[in-house]
Amino acid sequence: MEAVTFFIAAIVSLAGACGVVLLKNPVHAALSLVATLFGVAIHFINLEAYFLAAVQVIVYAGAIVILFLFVIMLLGVDRAESIKTDPIIGQRQIATLAVGGILVLGALIGVAFSGDVTGVPSENAQKSTYEGGTAINSDHVHTNDGVNPDQNIKDIGRALFSTRYVFALEITALLLTIGVVGAVVLTRRPKGEFEPLPDEDPPSIYKDDSKNINLEAIGSEHSDTADDTKPNDSETEVTDETEVSSE
Amino acid sequence: MIFGLSIGPEYYLALSALLFTIGAGGLLIRRNPLVMFMCIELMLNAANLAFISFGKEMGDLGGQLSVLFVLVVAAAEVVIGLAIVVAVMRRRPKASVDEVSVLRG
Repeated sequence: MEAVTFFIAAIVSLAGACGVVLLKNPVHAALSLVATLFGVAIHFINLEAYFLAAVQVIVYAGAIVILFLFVIMLLGVDRAESIKTDPIIGQRQIATLAVGGILVLGALIGVAFSGDVTGVPSENAQKSTYEGGTAINSDHVHTNDGVNPDQNIKDIGRALFSTRYVFALEITALLLTIGVVGAVVLTRRPKGEFEPLPDEDPPSIYKDDSKNINLEAIGSEHSDTADDTKPNDSETEVTDETEVSSE
Repeated sequence: MIFGLSIGPEYYLALSALLFTIGAGGLLIRRNPLVMFMCIELMLNAANLAFISFGKEMGDLGGQLSVLFVLVVAAAEVVIGLAIVVAVMRRRPKASVDEVSVLRG
């Protein structure tokens, strides 16, 4: 039964991961990420980490992906990205080769040292650890039976506030506080300057010849930087209209 | 026959390696900063799966506690990263990391 669950969840999580990488629309990629996270949560349940499965669903699928979707909608970047165009020539091929090579290398090493690479004690030692509860190393915090979800949560709570992990927990709280403050500072709008920077090459309307002639007739000094003059013109027109309408 | 198959840690480690590889490949291939963050999340999830798999095999709760800390760090990282993305996008409304090549503005 565990095998069936494993393979179904593995297919779901791998398909979701492929969707994140291959789907063009960022919204679709975020929804594929949800599928992957749910698959990993099922694996957590399979591995008797019940509390972390719940945390995975709540924090990742419920908070982080929603944050992604919120930013996507806020920025309006949900248009499809052309995945076919290669910004740097040959980058795709090199990335595929490198990643595939690393994977194959890892698989070869795993096959060659299949007993040693996991560091798992032999089958008998493992049995005795789980059933008898004897310690591999007395320094470790051991799970009790692990079958009961309530016991899992109690174990995690006790271990988190034990002397071994409580300092890391406090550091974590500090990290979250820094994260909140940093997000507020980064997204705070500075006064006055938040218009987008001009592009490298100005849009075609600024290259119009009649516009340049007009600017020279006015005697503007910076006719070469048409980006600066254009907003001023529009602003003056707007103010003129408003004055006329108010009169 | 699939019912009788016992799933050892090597299955989870192989799945974890695959997930990590897909995430790393996506990080190299994609040019949308938001999708790149999602690929980082994929890699963190692969690491979490390996942590819990090892933790179960060793009979040690430390794996699960490490995953808890990784979750917190991932949440903080996403918050800061998305704030940076929002701050950059406000100045340069193009969703590609190739155009953000200078620290100034």
